[in-house]
Amino acid sequence: MIQTDILIIGAGPTGLFTVFEAGLLKLRCHLIDALPQPGGQCSEIYPKKPIYDIPAYPEILAGDLTKNLMEQIKQFEPGFTLGERADTIEKQDDGTFIVTTNKGTKHQAPVVAIAGGLGSFEPRKPIIPNIIDFEDKGVEYMIKEPELYRDKDVVIAGGGDSALDWSIFLTDVAKSVTLIHRRNEFRGALDSVEKVQELKNLGKINLITPAEVKAVLGKEHVTGVVVEETGKEPFIIDTDHFIPLFGLAPKLGPIANWGLEIEKNAIKVNNALDYQTNVEGIYAIGDVNIYPGKLKLILCGFHEATLMCQSAYQRIHPDKKYVMKYTTVGGVDGFDGTRKEAPKAVVKAIQ
Amino acid sequence: MEQDVTIKITDREGVMHEVVAPTDMAMNLMEVVRSYELAPEGTIGICGGMAMCASCQCYVKSNHELPEMNDDEDAMLAEAFHVQENSRLGCQIQMTPELEGLEVELAPES
Repeated sequence: MIQTDILIIGAGPTGLFTVFEAGLLKLRCHLIDALPQPGGQCSEIYPKKPIYDIPAYPEILAGDLTKNLMEQIKQFEPGFTLGERADTIEKQDDGTFIVTTNKGTKHQAPVVAIAGGLGSFEPRKPIIPNIIDFEDKGVEYMIKEPELYRDKDVVIAGGGDSALDWSIFLTDVAKSVTLIHRRNEFRGALDSVEKVQELKNLGKINLITPAEVKAVLGKEHVTGVVVEETGKEPFIIDTDHFIPLFGLAPKLGPIANWGLEIEKNAIKVNNALDYQTNVEGIYAIGDVNIYPGKLKLILCGFHEATLMCQSAYQRIHPDKKYVMKYTTVGGVDGFDGTRKEAPKAVVKAIQ
Repeated sequence: MEQDVTIKITDREGVMHEVVAPTDMAMNLMEVVRSYELAPEGTIGICGGMAMCASCQCYVKSNHELPEMNDDEDAMLAEAFHVQENSRLGCQIQMTPELEGLEVELAPES
């Protein structure tokens, strides 16, 4: 069981900054995120796009914002459970919560801060009537264990970076790799596109465009897919695996069933005070919450995180009184033993 | 108001809404749909209008001449689901006086 002071659901900018504000109060944090890397939407959707409304940054790339936040919080040694989705929450008799992920990892904390953005990112599933019947029986929406494909026939569908990159990677693992895309053009890094072209010329990737997979065949396990290539009769490709890679989309998901008040796909919170939900000890901050006048901006998430940490401190230490200190005055004491502080002025006579 | 246009938006339940959209506020079609709450929050405009999620895909039913697709929109529609000949991303259609009478239907959520 992972134990911490504040368990943060969601490692986007708001969740990451919470670690800093909590750290100033000597509270430790652990973050859970369904994505394999921190940063949330900033890393998953638009890492190379600029943001212009982060105070004091006239312009910053979303990926750099994530990098900077990770640097800013590192002395507070946050824990991460990445690539797992927070599924259930149970309140204990002592007032703490146990949050369990889809992989069974358990986390315990007296305070839970949901910084879940628009929800957890789930793969977008193509509209093929019987595809659900073959999930984990030859249909995989993301590649977790490349060895699964050793010496197998594999069909990948999609036109973005992940379809290109995995097609390239699997040529060294799988018996055969077929890449199917609705267009002749691919959207990806130039060197990935060129590498696929090269592998196609070498006969290592069977490229079928413009085409779409219309059906999955098999009994217990995938044995083939039906492909419709523009201007041709539909045909069957024998395959052991079908991997549709059409990107990820956020879904509020299991959090919707945590007994929290939901409005417009967001969690209602008390914005007059501390961004607490209708369940004491569970807070919601950033894009995932809603209150009168809510704006889904990163800078608003930072503010909400800061006030939420004050309330969390009171909940964890009901008998202590906290006096806010400027970091310029108090410095920053990391859990790793480091200390940041303003340089001291020297008092020395000049001869 | 002379800068306003009236457009017809059919929501995902098939209900048609006639709404008034301003042309002087740099609004796009996705934002118009959100401002009238014609699709639940969190199901439209997820990427915020960067042509990176296709949650604002719509079918253009009238014969209006729309701004040409840029590469981002074109590539996104190449990967989206439920795409038809008349598919566009709402976030890439700016409200202009020429769009008076525009008729669109929101594509299913995916």
